[in-house]
Amino acid sequence: MPVESLFPRLEPLLPTVQKPIQYVGGELNSTVKDWDECDVRWALMYPDAYEVGLPNQGVMILYEVLNEQPGVLAERTYSVWPDLAEKMRASGVPQFTVDGHRPVAAFDVLGVSFSTELGYTNLLEALDLAGIPLHAKDRDESHPIVLAGGHAAFNPEPIADFIDAAVLGDGEQAVLEMTAVIRQAKLDNASREETLLRLARAGGVYVPRFYDVEYLPDGRIARVVPNRPDVPFRVHKRTVMDLDEWPYPKQPLVPLAETVHERMSVEIFRGCTRGCRFCQAGMITRPVRERSITGIGEMVKTGLEATGYEEVGLLSLSSADHSEIGEVAKGLADRYEGTQTSLSLPSTRVDAFNIDLAQELSRNGRRSGLTFAPEGGSERLRKVINKMVSKQDLIDTVTTAYGAGWRQVKLYFMVGLPTETDEDVLEIAEMAREVIRAGRQITGTRDVRCTVSIGGFVPKPHTPFQWAAQLDHETTDRRLKLLRNAIQSDKSTAKAIGYRYHDGKPGIVEGLLSRGDRRVGAVIEQVWRDGGRFDGWSEHFSYDRWMSSAEKAGVDVGWYTTREKEESEVLPWDHLDSGLDKEWLWADWQDALAEQDLDDCRWIPCFDCGVCPQMGTDIQIGPTGRTLLPLTVVKNPLSV
Amino acid sequence: MAKTPTGPPPPPPVQKLRLRYTKRGRLRFTSHRDIARAFERALRRAQVPMAYSAGFSPHPKISWVGAAPTGVASEAEYVEISVAERVDLARLQAALDESLPDGIDVTEVVEAPVGTSLPDRIEASQWSIRLPGITRDQALQAVGLFLAAETVPVERLMKQGLRTLDAQAAVVRMSAAGDQDCATLEVVVRHVTPAVRPDDVLSGLRSVADLAPPMPPQATRLAQGPLTETGEVGDPLAPDRVPDGATRAAADLEQAGAGSPS
Repeated sequence: MPVESLFPRLEPLLPTVQKPIQYVGGELNSTVKDWDECDVRWALMYPDAYEVGLPNQGVMILYEVLNEQPGVLAERTYSVWPDLAEKMRASGVPQFTVDGHRPVAAFDVLGVSFSTELGYTNLLEALDLAGIPLHAKDRDESHPIVLAGGHAAFNPEPIADFIDAAVLGDGEQAVLEMTAVIRQAKLDNASREETLLRLARAGGVYVPRFYDVEYLPDGRIARVVPNRPDVPFRVHKRTVMDLDEWPYPKQPLVPLAETVHERMSVEIFRGCTRGCRFCQAGMITRPVRERSITGIGEMVKTGLEATGYEEVGLLSLSSADHSEIGEVAKGLADRYEGTQTSLSLPSTRVDAFNIDLAQELSRNGRRSGLTFAPEGGSERLRKVINKMVSKQDLIDTVTTAYGAGWRQVKLYFMVGLPTETDEDVLEIAEMAREVIRAGRQITGTRDVRCTVSIGGFVPKPHTPFQWAAQLDHETTDRRLKLLRNAIQSDKSTAKAIGYRYHDGKPGIVEGLLSRGDRRVGAVIEQVWRDGGRFDGWSEHFSYDRWMSSAEKAGVDVGWYTTREKEESEVLPWDHLDSGLDKEWLWADWQDALAEQDLDDCRWIPCFDCGVCPQMGTDIQIGPTGRTLLPLTVVKNPLSV
Repeated sequence: MAKTPTGPPPPPPVQKLRLRYTKRGRLRFTSHRDIARAFERALRRAQVPMAYSAGFSPHPKISWVGAAPTGVASEAEYVEISVAERVDLARLQAALDESLPDGIDVTEVVEAPVGTSLPDRIEASQWSIRLPGITRDQALQAVGLFLAAETVPVERLMKQGLRTLDAQAAVVRMSAAGDQDCATLEVVVRHVTPAVRPDDVLSGLRSVADLAPPMPPQATRLAQGPLTETGEVGDPLAPDRVPDGATRAAADLEQAGAGSPS
């Protein structure tokens, strides 16, 4: 059956909406394949605005991996802003892909990548606009399989009613295997139930309908068990080994519209074993797998040629920890000297080595800002979260940065960490003051600044803090105000210190969605019915709407967020296996409370977090001893 | 220390080029900033040896001459670029056109003679505005009323707030053609400050004649350049064009009366 482009019907709606270019597609390196020549068709969604979703590496990688396969087609779709959504409803235009402007409902799979739980209402909006029933149980063979992925998929229980399946862990191999299963199921004319069953047995795919949740009288979970014998008791995450074999994206998408990251990104390693206890990404992406220095060099080269970007970001959870980062930085800086190509290392450690790196990377011109993340205000608190940076380390590092010519640094902290007191938070002000004083001293000028940026801590599943009580938003806001007053109280430094923060309310909603169970789904649906969308945007987010919806749905938000959980409690995500041993997580939580730090397993013997033996994986790090050779210089093809 | 970059300064410009390009089809939904980013990236992919400014944040030397508003198509947009190595114009045009998205097409490249200014040559634009759902007769009547009015004040929301401007004063001439299903306006508008855009002309037609298109109008800039005495829009690159085979340097010499070097 031919699927027509919706563009002729969409086009008349575009002249009067904001930033219409985001809906027209045609990005450099995008692909529109022939519909009828493909038998498995994926719609990949990032459930936020195009400007946030387009640069997402996960979607970009899977888009390219799938489109490279003969007979497989992948197109992208993003959340449409309310101004266009209203016009689409009025004129009957459904949710569309930006590549072929095909209706999302016509695809075999709608794969949605959740980096954050605040995208859940956008999932419902997209399903509704697409004409796909909101509830998985109401769908039939004509509807796409609605699949969740990304970090939030490690606890998809709050959206269990709305998705057909969730895939855990790295997606590259998983999407190819799922494609094979779906192709065969279509050939066999398999029912929807049968297709989902085959996916559930393929590994890494969780199908909520095959698991029942039983509750205790007090509301806690008694157990989560399969309701049929032929699906696994626990679903294990997928792990891609050898990143050099997966050099994606090779042809990164280059949008016409402005997006949040105007650069090309190369993932230099995946996973992190620093062991910061608040960090879900570091826990669920273990073990560390490095891309080799030559693999990085090749990706940067092909990516720059394919895009024309002038900035390359070397991404990972802690980029300075790559075993050959010094050689990578020097090799790339040498290669691109004089080409107006800048290099950035977004994730920085607090030590002097970092300043050397930053200087190497900015030697060709552009100098980006420096951000350091001590995360916790006091040394005691940094032991609790296992972010081992002493105050002296920070002062020394920042002093080196000011001495090397930087005039502005950003310091990132969290408020609301377990065991935190007012005094811990007030130490942030003291630290900022000392940073400014040290900077003035080394530079001999008053022209130094620092910005203190505060994020609210939200406990996440699969971390040692998954049992912790989240701080209530009233206390969060009170501490933020105390800190502001403390920064402003010293007139000699107040003007040199910037202060950025968000109030505590959105964090409570994120907390509800992060650690929620299936009963929280009713809240999400109610919020969406009451007009909630784009909850990650402060101008669209409404705390009151979430609280009134929770009340209507009979959900006690405090029970899910600010209540500390016991060791014996069954957590909603216990049947989903990130590889981390629950007993190890509990021991690490107890160590946190005892202010005991833990080193990184890259440099000390294994500390038995459980991931490698459970998943059959191992850390993959260098050094390889190889270097980047200079690129051959040829005469410019256009010069006379 | 180190308040300036440690690397070598970028090489200086040796040649300035004027490019005419289009904004066709879906690409009319790009904003000027979108076009500027797409151009910078295409210049890099096409390996155009751009001249850069110095400092911590070097920028390629590109100057934009006017820019069609978002949602409006154009056959005649202009930009000037400076390069650090002399380039072959035909090869540059082909390579850049290939690197730009379909719809942004480079239609001409000339070398800019030293001491001339392109913006000084841009005095007016010629627009074609399709009005689906409006008949030719409706359009003719509205145009008549518009041209007969002494002033046609229209309001537009700008950064400074709601402002009133006279759409009539900037219109050099306007005519209507088309059929029962779709009228087409042909308008020449003088470039004034604040600019009178196709939207403003349409607001004017609404206010003088209640002309309210049921479907979104589609405006295309056909030309921009010097305004002739007869109200035509001239070609702004005409003075720069040199005969096939000649080089800019030779043409400059000829213009200076020094004869053609052998």
